[in-house]
Amino acid sequence: MERFWFLTFDGLAGGAVYAAFALALVLIWRAARVVNFAQGAMAVATAYVGYAVVSATGSYWLGLAAAILSGLALGALVERVLMRFAGPGGPLNQVIVALGLVLVIQAMLGMIFGNEYRPAPAPFDTDALTIGGVAALSPYDLWVLGAALTVVALLAVLFTRTPVGLRMRAAAFAPEVSRLLGVSVGRMLTLGWALAAAVGALAGMLVVPTGLGLHSHAMDLVFVIAFTAAVVGGLDSPVGAVVGGLLVGLILSYVTGYLGPDTTPLAVLVLLLAVLLVRPGGLFSAARARHV
Amino acid sequence: MTTTPTETAPAPASPLRRLLPGAPAGREPRGSTLLRHLAVAVFVGTLVVLVTNQLAPYQNLQVARVCAFLCVTAGHTVLVGLNGQLSLGHGALMATGAYTVALTQQALDERAVRGWWTLPASLLAGVAVTALGGLVVGLAAARLRGPYLAGVTLAVATLVPAVTTIFTGVFNGEQGLSFPAQTPPAALGAYFQPERWLAWIALAAALLTMLLLANLARSRFGRSLRAVRDDEVAARLAGIPVARTQVLAFVVSAACAGLGGGVYAMLTATVAPGKFPLDLSLFLLMAIVIGGLGSLAGAVWGALLLVALQDLPGLLTEHLSLSAGLAQRLEGNLALAVFGLVLIVVMLAAPGGLQGGVRALTTRLRRAVRRRPATRRSPDR
Repeated sequence: MERFWFLTFDGLAGGAVYAAFALALVLIWRAARVVNFAQGAMAVATAYVGYAVVSATGSYWLGLAAAILSGLALGALVERVLMRFAGPGGPLNQVIVALGLVLVIQAMLGMIFGNEYRPAPAPFDTDALTIGGVAALSPYDLWVLGAALTVVALLAVLFTRTPVGLRMRAAAFAPEVSRLLGVSVGRMLTLGWALAAAVGALAGMLVVPTGLGLHSHAMDLVFVIAFTAAVVGGLDSPVGAVVGGLLVGLILSYVTGYLGPDTTPLAVLVLLLAVLLVRPGGLFSAARARHV
Repeated sequence: MTTTPTETAPAPASPLRRLLPGAPAGREPRGSTLLRHLAVAVFVGTLVVLVTNQLAPYQNLQVARVCAFLCVTAGHTVLVGLNGQLSLGHGALMATGAYTVALTQQALDERAVRGWWTLPASLLAGVAVTALGGLVVGLAAARLRGPYLAGVTLAVATLVPAVTTIFTGVFNGEQGLSFPAQTPPAALGAYFQPERWLAWIALAAALLTMLLLANLARSRFGRSLRAVRDDEVAARLAGIPVARTQVLAFVVSAACAGLGGGVYAMLTATVAPGKFPLDLSLFLLMAIVIGGLGSLAGAVWGALLLVALQDLPGLLTEHLSLSAGLAQRLEGNLALAVFGLVLIVVMLAAPGGLQGGVRALTTRLRRAVRRRPATRRSPDR
């Protein structure tokens, strides 16, 4: 039983990162109807910026801020320079352009920072605290969970309580009507990409210290898992992304804990295929499907 | 996938339509398509065989690698270019074929079964097993669209190599498997260059693949593939079984990837998961997009590009005098950055790819020469 609780807490902490990352995917999907396949590479690039600042100033918080700001800039840049021009050809063109971007970013990172894994220290203790004899969450896990949940809450407020959020939703839902009503759809798209990339940057900063360290391929698997999480929750639903992320985190934690770490990739694949074949719209799609 | 009507209204019928050459105009050339393709295959084959005579061992290996990749890129072009299904998982399908060939060759060797037919037999086994894998992915793919399909195939590419570490007993984990190398038959003489023999085998596989696929593309099934790509609803109204066509396209494409993977494994007589990373799957897509998705000729450019991509880093570091640290950083990465950039530029500016450029150039040349009006079309379309 102790092991079960440990795996549960571990899964929740890992799931929070997948949730944040899936949220970034959902943000772009809602804004532009694109799955950003370059999300992982973009997050790694901003994490490199973050850790460069950390090692220069010694402050984790400055590094985190730098990563998030560079995420905002990178997201806006990618939308303005690439995706806007790939858009008219349809979603597959955007997928291919995003993959080209993955190659370019990973190669550039390799050229600038080298191909070896770089250490990325965690800002908090990663040893688990024991509560009542059960090894539970570590302070770092708490920080990850807290940060991810804060972002979710902030985004929820942004989308439901602010005029900008309303305009973004309008631009994504009915671009032509929004344009007639005076919403700058292009600007909303850029904002959506910038926000998503910033959330991705945060997720990158959270996940890198738990892995082998900084490397241009550090987020490849995380991206696939986050995509699975987003699909589990339904690409259209931010709440779904969070629930999907936590769920996938838990499932992977149990599979890793009880069956061994080698089986994790296979579990992701089986989960993804099962969800897509049984319920392609995700777990949170029932009401939406009836509307359409 | 839910889409709002406002989005779908102005968009073209198929997302990939923009990449492809226009509808064929004018008459079809007369005569048997099969015979014409056969003649081209025999001509190209003879030419390459003659050329391999003059080449050094390493260059022959390069020819062999181009041929191995050609099997894969040709099948991939049929799937992405003709049928409009995006697959990022062809590297994993190559791995499936390669591992099947390795396991079959090992098993035959242990039982001391020898003979000229062992290699074709194990390649055939590789094709069959990979086609089966393609069937599984294809069944899922036929229900999925656009980014979902891309995501699933990306997951396949990322995760399938991990299978080798789960079943270490069969696949020997990260070390991989090795099997007896192919040696030239004694009839060719004792001093026959082994690399040249490998190039011949790979060439035979590539020519067979191209011949079959070129005929397939011109057949009724090929027309169904394109109809499904251009407009699923119209295709269904015309009585084409859309899902079955999509699954079959995946099976055909997977079979080609399996053959290519098997030949690729044969060239070094080893297989290991490190040879089939996620990057390979991305390269395959990149190669056929830069080569040109519209025709099988684009796949030839793609195969050449893939080999160039593998050899470029070595050439660069050899000919430029760089400091050791810089050379180590540039190794592989510089070529990748260049190719990624080219991929983006091609996608945004010249969706026809290299073959589109070649076609525009030949049309212009033909007009300039004005020997006859530019109505005759090249046979590869």
